Amino acid sequence: MTDNQVLVHVENLKKYFPITSGLLIRRQVGAVKAVDGLTFDIYAGETFGLVGESGCGKTTAGRTILQLYQPTAGQVTFGGVDLSTLKGKELRRTRRRMQIIFQDPYASLNPRMTVGRIIGEPLRIHKIALKDEQTERVEELLHLVRLNPYFANRYPHEFSGGQRQRIGIARALASNPEFIVCDEPISALDVSIQAQVVNLLEDLQEQLGLTYLFIAHDLSMVRHICSRVAVMYLGKIVELSEKVELYNNALHPYTQALLSAVPVPDPPVERKRQRIILEGDVPSPIDPPPGCRFCTRCPYVMDICNREEPQLQDVGGSHFVACHLMK
Amino acid sequence: MIILGFLTLVAIFAPVIAPYDPLQVLIGIEPVKKRQAPCIHLLGCPRDQPQHVMGIDGNVRDEFSRVIYGTRISLSIGFITIGAAVIVGALLGAIAGYAGGWISNAIMRVLDVLLAFPFLLLAIAIVAVLGPGLTNAMMAIATINVPAFARVMRSSVLTVKEEEYVVAARAIGAGPIETLFLHVLPNAISPLIVQGTLGIGTAILETAALSFIGMGAQPPDPEWGAMLAAERNQVFSAPYLVFFPGLAIMVTVLGFNLLGDGLRDALDPRLRL
Amino acid sequence: MTHLLDVKNLTTRFYTPEGVVHAVNGISYTLEQGEALGIVGESGCGKSVSVLSIMKLIPDPPGRITDGEVLYWEQDLLKLTNTQMQNVRGKDIAMIFQDPMTSFNPVLTIGHQISESLTIHLGMNDKKARKRAIELLDMVGIPQPAQRYASYPHQFSGGMRQRAMIAMALACEPSILIADEPTTALDVTIQAQIVDLVKNLRDKLGMAVIWITHDLGVVAGMVEKLVVMYAGFIVERGHIDDIYADPRHPYTLSLLNSIPRIDRSSDEKLATIPGLPPDLLGLPPGCPFAPRCAYAVERCHRENPQLASVGVNHEIACWVDVTAQSSGSFAPPTSHQKQGGTRARQQRTAPTAQLHQDTQEGCDD
Repeated sequence: MTDNQVLVHVENLKKYFPITSGLLIRRQVGAVKAVDGLTFDIYAGETFGLVGESGCGKTTAGRTILQLYQPTAGQVTFGGVDLSTLKGKELRRTRRRMQIIFQDPYASLNPRMTVGRIIGEPLRIHKIALKDEQTERVEELLHLVRLNPYFANRYPHEFSGGQRQRIGIARALASNPEFIVCDEPISALDVSIQAQVVNLLEDLQEQLGLTYLFIAHDLSMVRHICSRVAVMYLGKIVELSEKVELYNNALHPYTQALLSAVPVPDPPVERKRQRIILEGDVPSPIDPPPGCRFCTRCPYVMDICNREEPQLQDVGGSHFVACHLMK
Repeated sequence: MIILGFLTLVAIFAPVIAPYDPLQVLIGIEPVKKRQAPCIHLLGCPRDQPQHVMGIDGNVRDEFSRVIYGTRISLSIGFITIGAAVIVGALLGAIAGYAGGWISNAIMRVLDVLLAFPFLLLAIAIVAVLGPGLTNAMMAIATINVPAFARVMRSSVLTVKEEEYVVAARAIGAGPIETLFLHVLPNAISPLIVQGTLGIGTAILETAALSFIGMGAQPPDPEWGAMLAAERNQVFSAPYLVFFPGLAIMVTVLGFNLLGDGLRDALDPRLRL
Repeated sequence: MTHLLDVKNLTTRFYTPEGVVHAVNGISYTLEQGEALGIVGESGCGKSVSVLSIMKLIPDPPGRITDGEVLYWEQDLLKLTNTQMQNVRGKDIAMIFQDPMTSFNPVLTIGHQISESLTIHLGMNDKKARKRAIELLDMVGIPQPAQRYASYPHQFSGGMRQRAMIAMALACEPSILIADEPTTALDVTIQAQIVDLVKNLRDKLGMAVIWITHDLGVVAGMVEKLVVMYAGFIVERGHIDDIYADPRHPYTLSLLNSIPRIDRSSDEKLATIPGLPPDLLGLPPGCPFAPRCAYAVERCHRENPQLASVGVNHEIACWVDVTAQSSGSFAPPTSHQKQGGTRARQQRTAPTAQLHQDTQEGCDD
């Protein structure tokens, strides 16, 4: 690993959502353990990929890191500052430096605000520019995301999904952040538009020196854009490694199954492929199995897997795996 | 909308349209009798009799002018009471919806108590305390309507609160007050607008009811409900004195209801405004 | 030769207050017994509407099938009455949809809904239908089928529901299974399960499959024949191996170039298609892809090309002869016909470079 600075440090992050029941007095009867102990670093300037299937907790992780959800336990350190120590105004001020792009381009823009106001809101909130400068800056930003600056006076519903996503990107860039969480930014877009948006994100990263946490379930796209990747399953990281190493030498059985399930647009290749088909469904995050979360579906499950939870270990070359097979 | 436009014009131009001062008692000025039947020259009434399109009321005043001026009163009552109720209800509901927790509970429970009382009893109680009169009646009506609006606003806010653009606002660093007023309120207000418009019709009816029992407009104000009350014993001898105010009430309320329905369709979120 | 399904010039329009939406514009293809056909395209290209038209499930108003024939074993389905069509649906041609949650009645058990098909179409009595339904649940890989018979849709996970929907579709052993984006909403590992299941069932029951998706990867391992749609037209048609190895329509070419592959390391930028998807309310004259096409010539903006052959079992609707780039340039094929006599032939290589340029200015709309 290069000796880049660590921009974001996540330590044993947990986010549980309580399940309450009862009519008059609501008691907590259980919890959805969406994120159950994540530990990793994100280095400045890199694109860190967080992948997994639905229910694995990756979206929750992204939002909890940004403190949009309050963590149940654990720590997030951003640029050396422990985010949990910040409250109210201070936290809001720190938000300048860490932004988010949402998955749904239709839901993440206020339908009653013009595009110009949406993008300009961070400028206003953080008093970044004076009133007259704000219009200029908004135009600059629209230019940056390759949209016509004239669009500032239009409303979100007049735009297509891909354009709206770019408006969202412009908004995220308005406060000159260092770190952007990209929460499945392209899954809701058509295939031909996905490439446009991904290219834009890459260009912006080069131009502005951004650090991305790229959350996705599309493994082919993650391979294309990320430098390091962490695979999540039921709230935990099962494998974390540098990109090429992960895709060529996946060690965790879940990662292997995941990679083998991704279809390749090449008929002869597809036909010859031997897939690892997993049995059954993902267990519920309310009641995860004791021991390794993956034990109910793992083709190599051993006795110890049902009892003891494996820890994330370095098996060489900064390749971390949480699996008893590694012993 | 047409109905209401027409009514608004009538209200505004009442002094021009009405041939007589609604309060002016005509004894001695014209040769007319109490509760005289309508005399419409176009329909055959002899020209030497003064024209009174809707007849003369029990106090020898021109009914037509009174009905016309009544428009002013009813429309302004409708807008003012509901306007006030909407503002108060919207604020309470928005705060309750956005803040949640014990604040929400406290507000909503208090409003529930208000909601539990039958309107008329509550109105009578308020008026009894404050004294009869149109202004007090209006306050009573406004208060009655607040809980319903607060409820609508609260549920709307609860939905909008979860929308992703609200999360986005927090993410860029907006504080809770900003988020509430800039993002949540504008998007949550449309069901309330519809509800409010429909409520105006009801408010007018409520005013008429209060005036009917003597709690609202006091004589000689030409309020339709009061006019109905004054002549209610004359249904058979002078039906025109009951018919026209009643018709005016009906048409106005209908107009507002239609407007409310139309607004609901126009503001339907499925049309992605 | 009689085909199992012969779609001829199918045209469907939607009459809306904003205008006429030209959803499907004269598409034709054939399907043989036991064959698997893929229909690919992005959202709005008309792929779902086209199969809903085949099943005559288009709401009328505002939609209407305005032209064409759909021959199922030589019988035109479009000419059948509603009652006759009801006999065909479920029995001869079955369909599964993208969202299994909304395709099931939430207040009836899964088992009941499967049996319904059996009792209606095959006239089975309840006992027999129940037995068969449990067999079907087993066949699609639902564990403990006898118990799950009495479960409700919300008690199943997404993957299980999709399997149950497949069971329901296969109840009467149809000759054609139409799958409209059945795995789009599913996780990739579940998707693999479902694709596997459909392939096995296809082999076992010998039925034909029409698989609709926007995912060019999923069809690759599933079908033999492929139809690529854009703006309600078919732009490329043929054997899937030929199309993927040598895409000849600029749209197909760009699409294949713009998706990253998991088995390849890519340090280059993805090729993009500039511009926005077409507006079906107002299609331009000429080729619908012309506004976004890097190879468009003047004729493309005037006349809409028809499908013409560029190889054995490979047709494209295009005025320009585009050859794909791989490690070198291809020589244009010698057998090459065009409609209307005039040939507009240009040889292009390395389209990637061309598209890069467009990325810069093309994104401003």
